Amino acid sequence: MAKTLYDKIWESHLVDEQNDGTSLLYIDRHLVHEVTSPQAFEGLRLSNRKVKLPSSTLAVVDHNVPTTDRSKGIADKESAIQVETLSKNCKDFGIEFFGLTDKRQGIVHVIGPEQGFTQPGMTIVCGDSHTSTHGAFGALAFGIGTSEVEHVLATQTLIQSRAKNFKISVDGKLPLGVTAKDVILSIIGNIGTAGGTGYVIEYCGEVFRNFSMEERMTVCNMSIEAGARAGLVAPDQKTFDYIKGRPLAPKGDNWEKALKYWSNLYSDKDAKFDRELHLQGKDIEPTVTWGTSPQDIASINGKVPDPNLEKNEDRKKSILRSLDYMGLEPNTPIQDIKIDKVFIGSCTNGRIEDLREVAKIVKGKKVNKHVDAIVVPGSGLVKLQAEKEGLDKIFKDSGFDWREPGCSMCLGMNPDQLKPKERCASTSNRNFEGRQGRGGRTHLVSPVMAAGAAIAGRFVDIRKII
Amino acid sequence: MEKFTKLKSIAADLPIMNVDTDMIIPKQFLKTIKRTGLGSALFYEMRYDEKGNAIKTFILNQAPYDKAKILISGKNFGCGSSREHAPWALLDFGIRCVIAESFADIFYNNCFKNGILPIVLPENQVKELSEAAKKNKEIEIDLIDQKIHKGDNRPFDFEIESFRKECLLNGYDDIALTLKKDVKINSFEQKKKNLTPWLY
Repeated sequence: MAKTLYDKIWESHLVDEQNDGTSLLYIDRHLVHEVTSPQAFEGLRLSNRKVKLPSSTLAVVDHNVPTTDRSKGIADKESAIQVETLSKNCKDFGIEFFGLTDKRQGIVHVIGPEQGFTQPGMTIVCGDSHTSTHGAFGALAFGIGTSEVEHVLATQTLIQSRAKNFKISVDGKLPLGVTAKDVILSIIGNIGTAGGTGYVIEYCGEVFRNFSMEERMTVCNMSIEAGARAGLVAPDQKTFDYIKGRPLAPKGDNWEKALKYWSNLYSDKDAKFDRELHLQGKDIEPTVTWGTSPQDIASINGKVPDPNLEKNEDRKKSILRSLDYMGLEPNTPIQDIKIDKVFIGSCTNGRIEDLREVAKIVKGKKVNKHVDAIVVPGSGLVKLQAEKEGLDKIFKDSGFDWREPGCSMCLGMNPDQLKPKERCASTSNRNFEGRQGRGGRTHLVSPVMAAGAAIAGRFVDIRKII
Repeated sequence: MEKFTKLKSIAADLPIMNVDTDMIIPKQFLKTIKRTGLGSALFYEMRYDEKGNAIKTFILNQAPYDKAKILISGKNFGCGSSREHAPWALLDFGIRCVIAESFADIFYNNCFKNGILPIVLPENQVKELSEAAKKNKEIEIDLIDQKIHKGDNRPFDFEIESFRKECLLNGYDDIALTLKKDVKINSFEQKKKNLTPWLY
């Protein structure tokens, strides 16, 4: 029978299945960070349990870490305790750990692929919803809660039920200036933040085949914002080339064996999907969110919606609430929205290609005098590469702050936060109320759109600039 | 985990769509290394103003809803971050059951690991329960019979997977259940080592 890529990965990891469909799924790789793991390790200790396969797990600090000078450690006491707790837990349980001063330290979803830890056909989990990022490699990767982190540590398995298959294809070509971020924001706008609930999405079509690995990661990263359990892109030569030679990639004979195995990871021609959506690349525009949900999207040439035109009462209430929080008037042109802050970074858009694209836009220009702008590289290695290419100098000359790697202002667990009513053009993934700081107003955009906004002090159509 | 069999309580109605886990518990409370004590942080930014004073119009700040064990909310409840601090905060506040038209996947899973029952109902039934909640009517959740009694003779039925139901009714530790399958897991792992040796 013809199978989807998801079916193939699921079936090759199925340890046990009960009559009601409850399944025990084998987990190949587990990423751990400081925020969602302390209670899991505490649970292991309380029940006197061990970590079943420590070599399958990689831990890193990212959420709490300061992005300014780290030579004196972490000033915030609670953050420091969480970081130290992870270090101690990894030592006690024999897990590899990238600490604060390790040059490989970075956002968990940036370092996994960077180290070659992420590979096709695997099951990968992490106590973090953006684990869907790793689906870009054709791995089944999804976020879990802390109890499940403990379950995986103790058993190398997870209790799961099978998801449905959702195929999203984007065909043709993207216009210049339209990016992977605009593609995923458009998809979320189209199906809604619960549109993917219960599904694993496979992204297909020419646009995804043409995307680099990093662009595929941007799309898969935000699959969770559409409610999907995971996002997948079938691996191809680009995937294999990306992995080859990385520290944790298969070597020698194993590389050949792995290649052979990976080459069968695709959806069969006649595979049945439970749902399909087809979009055309040419129809996608530079996109800006206006509200407090990632589905609240508008074209750069569009306007803030008018709640009076909304017929559904619940939806109308939701728009009113968002506009009130965002401090926006109905029908305001998106290009008239002025911004105070720019954040370039996160597991969505904090990789080297993102930084290169931003540098191209801002080179030789100055950040608007009303705007504070920061660039936070996704990892220490991204930072080193950027500095090798001189990107840091371009950013600093333009007036950007060049920071140390971490999650930073995506969720503001460290000091990088918005103040009440501050408005930010952000390359991150969530525009929820209070996400970047209490009362802070987040507009999600692509790196080039954020760069354009940093220079102009308001949103601009980047297609007219590049 | 505390068992869940029957629950009788008034319900608090929070008619907002897409309640995300950042709303349920904001980031500043994620720095804890414990599971307990998060009830005071539940819906913090909706519950307290910038000076930390309780916002009186917020439902969970009003008697008798400040003692509600059931929360009724809009569709796609619990979307966003995977933080299990969200169900921990609900539980610590006293909420044992959340009723909505739909839930986000990770939050839904996390509830069951903490003895909280999330119930999915169609829109008209959620609306009817909201009305009952506003009138301070007690609602009784019967997990054994999978029924919701609301003081009339028309109880609502609800669905739940049988394994999840068993775990809630008995308060099972699912790690202990899985560890009973260790022979199966180990033999699976051995097969995988042969099939995909580069992973080991």
